[in-house]
Amino acid sequence: MSLQWAIVFLPWLGAAALAAVPRLRPATAGNVALSGLTFAMALALAAQPFGQEGWTRVDALNLPFLVLSAFVGLTTAVFSAATLDQEGFDHWRIRAYHAAYQVFMGAQFLALLADNLGVMWVAIEIATLATVSMVAVHRTPAAFEAAWKFFILCGVGIALALFGTIVLYLAAQPLLHEENGLSWAALMQVAPDCAPGTLNLAFAFLLLGYGTKAGLVPLHSWLPDAHAEGPVPISAVLSGLLLNAAMLAVLRAKSIVGANPEAIAPGPFLLGLGLATVTLAAIALWRRRDARRFFGWSSIEHMGIAAFAFGLGGAAANLAGLLHLLGHSLVKSAVFFGVGRAAQAKGSQKIADIQGLVTTHPALGWGLAIAIAGIAGLPPMLLFASEFRLLSAAAAQMPWLALALALAMVVALAALVTVLQAMCFGPPTPDAAGALDGWREAAAAAPLWLHLAVATALALAMPAGLAAMLAEAARVIG
Amino acid sequence: MSFGQLGYDVAHLLGGGVLLLSFVLLYQRRIGAVINAFAMQGALLALAAAWAAHAQGVAGLYLTAMLTMAAKGVLIPLALHATVRRLDLHRTVETALGIGPSLVAGVGLVALAILVALPATEGARALAREDLALALSVVLLGMLMMITRRNAISQVIGLLSLENGLILAAIGVAGMPLVVELSTAALVLMIAVVAAVFAFQIRERFDTLDTASLEEHRGERR
Repeated sequence: MSLQWAIVFLPWLGAAALAAVPRLRPATAGNVALSGLTFAMALALAAQPFGQEGWTRVDALNLPFLVLSAFVGLTTAVFSAATLDQEGFDHWRIRAYHAAYQVFMGAQFLALLADNLGVMWVAIEIATLATVSMVAVHRTPAAFEAAWKFFILCGVGIALALFGTIVLYLAAQPLLHEENGLSWAALMQVAPDCAPGTLNLAFAFLLLGYGTKAGLVPLHSWLPDAHAEGPVPISAVLSGLLLNAAMLAVLRAKSIVGANPEAIAPGPFLLGLGLATVTLAAIALWRRRDARRFFGWSSIEHMGIAAFAFGLGGAAANLAGLLHLLGHSLVKSAVFFGVGRAAQAKGSQKIADIQGLVTTHPALGWGLAIAIAGIAGLPPMLLFASEFRLLSAAAAQMPWLALALALAMVVALAALVTVLQAMCFGPPTPDAAGALDGWREAAAAAPLWLHLAVATALALAMPAGLAAMLAEAARVIG
Repeated sequence: MSFGQLGYDVAHLLGGGVLLLSFVLLYQRRIGAVINAFAMQGALLALAAAWAAHAQGVAGLYLTAMLTMAAKGVLIPLALHATVRRLDLHRTVETALGIGPSLVAGVGLVALAILVALPATEGARALAREDLALALSVVLLGMLMMITRRNAISQVIGLLSLENGLILAAIGVAGMPLVVELSTAALVLMIAVVAAVFAFQIRERFDTLDTASLEEHRGERR
């Protein structure tokens, strides 16, 4: 079996094994070990040359996200190992949680690696099923509502995406051999000669369908609840990984449609959806009282910014969008590590109950403060670099839209800074639970700081290899 | 294949039947009748898949037909009936929009689907084009049903009938790789299983399956 498939099937085999482990410590240790192994495999994959193997491919567009996913998967597994006993799981939930975690990781890798659009669709579907069961695992009414909403809305989104995939095949069918019918590479080759009307129809459904999974307006409302009601570590992988896979699917569709000069330009649709998403989220941020929902809305905002960048198109804006996705994954999962741990320590996830963290939990409080500043787009994190590049690219091409985007971003920034002040520097609220014992408090804080360090390092000194790869990816999207 | 030939006519008839049953789903008031109409739609879809297998000479589609018949024609309806009996659901279906308006909206959506799908697919074969228009209509009607019904089981049936539209589209495109049908069949089973589990839990904790009551449990209150 090739490495591309091994990185998908190792987590799935591991999931079967973890489903048989009823005790917390062995299960979390196994989860960390598996995630570490897949991270090593992702690095090995990065050392190999690009190429397509049957249904999968490695190219400049998916490799950075693949390595990032494996990295966030590993750090989240460590965070999960340190904090999971706070969730109060019985042995069935321990089995279900860890099995679903690894099923999700395998599906995430497959969704990123897939060259065949049908396989990509199946992978995103599996990822959805796994995350729905993780969101519902607490079995409280609120968790059920979140999982139900997530399931129904994403079920519709996924169904629409499949319809779009079928229409896409219909467009390309006269020009293709049957065996590589849904291959992205083959579709890219024939796209300039496809019937433009059929491509338009396909793109509309693919954008709406995968856009639902990426948290774009109008089918975004599952996202904050799903982020708020699952176990604490799940918010990090939902925001950091799942949204990227869905956005990458949108980008694959966009590149195909964009390759046909007669088809309708896909950019303005992404631009419009992105701007609507950012604006709505920036306003919604002001009305949140629940910390995890607040940062769920912030994820919606950032996906909107990325969609805006890809809608603008061109090398500079695409590069900004890709950097934004990478930076958002790193910093937002760091925020969720911090918020999750704080919510456990304070016994509530209301913003009003989580205050003054810098006084009561210095390592956590400062880490969270820097992370929230980073997610708000303040220097020196990666998100500052990407937003700056995006705004300058937008100002050069469409000044009025750039103004609207900047306005929405400032509104969101103000909301984030308000919450940053309250949660980290306000008058401290009492703790509900004591500190974790021994190494676990450190292991809960380490992923947060590690993410911040990586995001800062990438912003200040991006490795030349990665920069070249992202520039190549920006060209692929078109 | 074109109008007047057997292969085309039967495929068209079966596709039209699936669409007709989407309308039946829209106006049923009692939940038992909704489930029965869904079972009939599933069975008709299975026939359409079997006919496509015969007409296109693709043996794999017979498998799709059998899976569809087993899952959507029999197992899912039985499971839903059992859920309804077990939960002793009240007999009428609440609709948010009313029967008349939802039928009018349904006709409008079908017109929209035809107006969108036919001009957009001018290059494709006639059967594929019209199948796509029918399938898009079924998809849109499924969405309409999900929007207008407030009862959790009816919403799930709306989603399932939306999936029927997808399969109708997939079998209409001759040569579509099989992986799609198989995954769709598996998906439907999954959806029904998980949704039934969810619905049961919702019922266990609330007095009604009405998803509007879920809104009370949002975490955003002071």
